[in-house]
Amino acid sequence: MAGQVAGLLGGVLAAGNAVATDLPEDRAEAMYHVYEGGGVTAKGPALLVRKSLADKVSLSASYYVDAVSNASIDVVTTASPFKETRKAYDLGVDYVVRDTLLSLSIYNSDEPDYQADTVGVDVAQEIFGGMTTVSLGYSRGLDQVGKKDEGFFDSARHWNYRLGVTQILTPIWLMSVNAEAVADDGFLGNPYRVARVFGAAVPERNPRTRSSRAVKVRVIGDIGERRSVRAEYRYFWDTWDIHAHTAEVGHSRYIDVPGVVPGATAGGQKLLLDTFLRYYTQSGALFYSDNASSETEFVSRNRQLSSFNSLGLGARLSYTLAQVPGQYEIKANGAYEFKRFDYKDFTDVRTGSPFAFDAHLLQLYISATF
Amino acid sequence: MTAAMNARFLVGALALAAAMLASGCAVQPWVKPYERERLADPIMKFSRDALAEKHREHVHNVLEGSRGATGVQGGGCGCN
Repeated sequence: MAGQVAGLLGGVLAAGNAVATDLPEDRAEAMYHVYEGGGVTAKGPALLVRKSLADKVSLSASYYVDAVSNASIDVVTTASPFKETRKAYDLGVDYVVRDTLLSLSIYNSDEPDYQADTVGVDVAQEIFGGMTTVSLGYSRGLDQVGKKDEGFFDSARHWNYRLGVTQILTPIWLMSVNAEAVADDGFLGNPYRVARVFGAAVPERNPRTRSSRAVKVRVIGDIGERRSVRAEYRYFWDTWDIHAHTAEVGHSRYIDVPGVVPGATAGGQKLLLDTFLRYYTQSGALFYSDNASSETEFVSRNRQLSSFNSLGLGARLSYTLAQVPGQYEIKANGAYEFKRFDYKDFTDVRTGSPFAFDAHLLQLYISATF
Repeated sequence: MTAAMNARFLVGALALAAAMLASGCAVQPWVKPYERERLADPIMKFSRDALAEKHREHVHNVLEGSRGATGVQGGGCGCN
């Protein structure tokens, strides 16, 4: 009888906890990241700390450094390779009221010729017995755009509107839908980049406004034997006439480690392997041209705005170094992704062939929850 | 065009949220809290580590023409 009462009480408490929104978990992450591809290397450390106070408020701070060495095709064919460092930080406050999570964040990114500041507010509300989470978000950004030897000469403003719905479908399947509208106003190009008109190099000329929409659908499911699969698709379109499709699939599984006693960690498995495949394709902007054959108000030879596709294949391995259930867990993680970019309308002027390159992403980090 | 389209987007988003709230009154939650144990496993998270996710998103923002709806809240690109 006492057992039944305890069981019933436990069930009620569990139900209560599940309905009330939880604050994000206390955690710390320390990462070293490397990107190498197309003549560009960007690497550096990144740190994140998140800590809750009195079960009502969670404070977070992160710091990120990108030491960039740029000898990309744009740079080597029109200018000299250069090095610069970008530093960014994020500060956030999350506050929980019943089933609602309120989040405020500020973000700053600083490099010698570009400074960005963003303020964001997000609200997440659990409804429908905790089966559905609806989130709304808004960010406002202001960038200062500069040029070496000239200083800051222009600015750009950004408005982001976000909507998200996460839905529990079954005891083993989840899905989410996210939509985001972004509006930009100001200097939206790169003061160093040149376009080609009749074979001659001219400074690029971009519109001063842009408005975009993106919708993303994700689904994830537990397929048994402590394995999961996920799939996601995003469609993007904007007023520059870029249309993009992103598809990604992933698989996660725990791996038995010989010599580890089952039950010593969650499920007795210390090693977690994620593998993923990502495909991306986009059409070019209206004013993009590899080599314009007429004079137009706007012209750009920014590869990012051309038509291209990209394929990424990667894996992440997480090893539990130490764990005390309910107290803390420390993991060592390593992730690698190979990427291939194939441009359909961007000529490598050194060879006369369509440009393509391989890129590598490496992340090594320690993560701890406590 | 931008402001009007944003207003329409926001109204549509709020209407969708309101419809979902209203529908909650008619249909009962069919997955009970005690049936959600497997959903709490780390392998059932779309993203587990915030820094790693932001780094990857930044790389995509720099290299690709599209942006947004990533599910990662706040932040910014800090790039041109």
